[in-house]
Amino acid sequence: MADLRSDFVGIKSPNPFWLASAPPTDKEYNVVRAFEAGWGGVVWKTLGLDPHIVNVNGPRYGAVWGADRRLLGLNNIELITDRPLQTNLDEIKAVKRAWPDRAVVVSLMVPCEEVCWTEILKQVEDTGADGVELNFGCPHGMSERGMGSAVGQVPEYIEMVTRWCKQNTRMPVIVKLTPNITDIRYPARAAHAGGADAVSLINTVSSITSVDLDLMAPEPTIDGKGSHGGYCGPAVKPIALNMVAEIARDAEMAGLPISGIGGVTTWRDAAEFMALGAGNVQVCTAVMTYGFRIVTEMIDGLSRWMDAKGYGRTSDFTGLAVSNVTDWQYLNLNYVAKARIDQDLCIKCGRCHIACEDTSHQAITAVKDGLRHFEVIDAECVACNLCVNVCPVEDCITMEKQPAGTVDPRTGRTIVAEYGNWTQHPNNPSSVAAE
Amino acid sequence: MTRGFEGADVKAGRLTSEQVAANFADLHPPLTRHEAAVAADRCYFCYDAPCMTACPTTIDIAMFIRQIAADNSDGAAKTIFDQNILGGMCARVCPTETLCEEACVREAAEGKPVEIGRLQRYATDHLMASNTHPYQRACNTGKKVAVVGAGPAGLACAHRLAMKGHAVTLFDARPKPGGLNEYGIAAYKTPGGFAREEVDFVLGIGNITLETGKALGRDISIDGLKWDYDAVFLAIGLAGVNALGVPGEDLPGVEDAVDFIADLRSSQDPSSLAVGRRVVVIGGGMTAIDAAVQTKLLGAEDVTIVYRRGQEAMNASLFEQDLAQTKGVKIRHWAKPVRVVAEDGRRGVECEYTRAGANGLEGTGETFFVAADVVLKAIGQTLEAPQGPETERGRLVVDDEFRTSVDRVWAGGDCVAAGDDLTVTAVAQGRDAAESIHRLLMA
Repeated sequence: MADLRSDFVGIKSPNPFWLASAPPTDKEYNVVRAFEAGWGGVVWKTLGLDPHIVNVNGPRYGAVWGADRRLLGLNNIELITDRPLQTNLDEIKAVKRAWPDRAVVVSLMVPCEEVCWTEILKQVEDTGADGVELNFGCPHGMSERGMGSAVGQVPEYIEMVTRWCKQNTRMPVIVKLTPNITDIRYPARAAHAGGADAVSLINTVSSITSVDLDLMAPEPTIDGKGSHGGYCGPAVKPIALNMVAEIARDAEMAGLPISGIGGVTTWRDAAEFMALGAGNVQVCTAVMTYGFRIVTEMIDGLSRWMDAKGYGRTSDFTGLAVSNVTDWQYLNLNYVAKARIDQDLCIKCGRCHIACEDTSHQAITAVKDGLRHFEVIDAECVACNLCVNVCPVEDCITMEKQPAGTVDPRTGRTIVAEYGNWTQHPNNPSSVAAE
Repeated sequence: MTRGFEGADVKAGRLTSEQVAANFADLHPPLTRHEAAVAADRCYFCYDAPCMTACPTTIDIAMFIRQIAADNSDGAAKTIFDQNILGGMCARVCPTETLCEEACVREAAEGKPVEIGRLQRYATDHLMASNTHPYQRACNTGKKVAVVGAGPAGLACAHRLAMKGHAVTLFDARPKPGGLNEYGIAAYKTPGGFAREEVDFVLGIGNITLETGKALGRDISIDGLKWDYDAVFLAIGLAGVNALGVPGEDLPGVEDAVDFIADLRSSQDPSSLAVGRRVVVIGGGMTAIDAAVQTKLLGAEDVTIVYRRGQEAMNASLFEQDLAQTKGVKIRHWAKPVRVVAEDGRRGVECEYTRAGANGLEGTGETFFVAADVVLKAIGQTLEAPQGPETERGRLVVDDEFRTSVDRVWAGGDCVAAGDDLTVTAVAQGRDAAESIHRLLMA
């Protein structure tokens, strides 16, 4: 039986599933329910200075739905906690005392003045919390006041505030990064330089989920107006995975612990983040959609998968996919695949054909011997994978590696077994011929 | 009016009006907006979609479902009506399980096709509820066309011709327009006066003059119509019925199933219709099923369909057969009536077992008796052929443009020898005949 116990920058939890700093971790009531459901830890919703902020009294969330109103993406304009600082501190202390085996990390956001950070760090330390997470990520509202992503978009500020915090507390300091930048490595390196124990990412993506075409206003609409929110949920997972991988494979930050956030909904999502280098994951939208009970599936699913793969502990597979993330220029250009359609599985919807015919390489038939028949024309197929992606039947279309020594009918060239990439390619003006 | 054999147990009010109303409620209730969105989302928007090919009217099904999914239901309805102006009725009565839904790739994939029929109803209901007509008439051409028969073929033809700017007179022998939609389809498939609403919707194009109570051969003639009009379209259906050809057929307890269904459809309160306690229906088509099921729904205790061949040979679709059996109708295959009996308190049908022999169907000589208070014949309708056009095997002969052998006379629907006897086929033929008529008139 796999051991799911997690030690993230010295913070121990019975499993690697934490709740992200967000509405589900705003109060003792919610956090206790989460712990009762089995969550390994929480990052308490961001604390700020008194007087506490206020939220809008209209809708705070917007959504993007898939079929049957499945929630694919959620966007919010809620700010940090809107309760008095002391109330939160008292509840954090009570929760940590009652649940000593669970991770309780406190998210913080105060103005960029050292004294503000020094003061609040002391108060958090008094609660017995396990660590702090610096909220440099929220893209809405607080950023207009020079906090949140306004800090996270300036590497110098990140480094400065991180250093203040490290100098003023014994607690581990996690820096939460905003994805609303051009290259995630710069803010991550700044956190690293400031002495951060870890980074967590991603925070939400600046977004407008939809436009009310009657009101001619963005959703969510408050009295006829809307403001951009932060986008999260399954829709942002690919963005988050890439950013996690970019940090994990950056030589300057080698070994910097990462807490993975962004659309984690099932055990598989968590395993993917961890394979790309995340030591644990944080979840929000999934519980806001389904409630805390989903952690049961996550624990069970991850555990069974680890057993099946022979991983005894989460650290056994953490980061295993990192070395396989590379730059495009190093991909093997001598690897040749062709699409194959399993005629027994094919239901003859023709989506592969029309996608290929209209938008790609005209490499799939529609008719053969007068009958509706979908088959790959190897002489045209570039193995782009579009047919696989649009096919509604799982495993009906697959990409088959073509063996070395055979001729690719598209190029007329014999496929070679040797690895060859763009840096060595004759079409590359700066190529270095392989010896 | 059902009389039954002398002394038989035939009476009205076997069930209360409430029970009957519940029994005759919509067979497939309409989809809500969310249900429609979920159902529409299942469509794969296939390339050269097989459902569209399977549809006799070639509705662009993938497109209209996509329009529903994108919350454009009126656009979806327009896509349907472009090909089939009776798309509302077809959504209710088409045997989709043997047409579009059978061809649906999700039927192949998981045995659960996209609910095309119900989605079509969703879209057409949506547009029809707005009480607007989605087409505009072209400028008046000054041409006049007579359409004989206001059933599906006649309505489709009249609409298309009116749309093209021709003046149409639409004749029907019955007091109400609609043909089989009004008189011949099971009530639970089209409840709430939909057939009449749809006729009004079709006539909403304008420039169609409806003349009911005018029968071909009695009140009007092909020659007369040719004199008064530039073209004639015959959509006269099959007004006659086949005879059993067995002794006792003329007994008062033996009735045509189509008459029973027409009575039912014309009735304000079906629970007031007299119905036998034990009913035998002879036949294997949709009419047999419709008659048997409705008899059961009116409270008959024991309803048996007798069909001379096996289950697979029945014209009624598997869905219809299942429906009948679910409603408690017994279906006896491989048997034919040899004598209708009403004597000494013994009332019913004497049947003989049949089998497929070397020279076709043959009796085995072994018989059995099914007791009945009423016998309904549903063994097919026949053409009451008008003077003039050529016929072949009891149907009007038409070419691929639905022209009869008589100059300037076209025909379509059940009265011609082409295609299945389905509402949707009739619509396609009426529509295509109109296009042919238009081409000739404008040449």
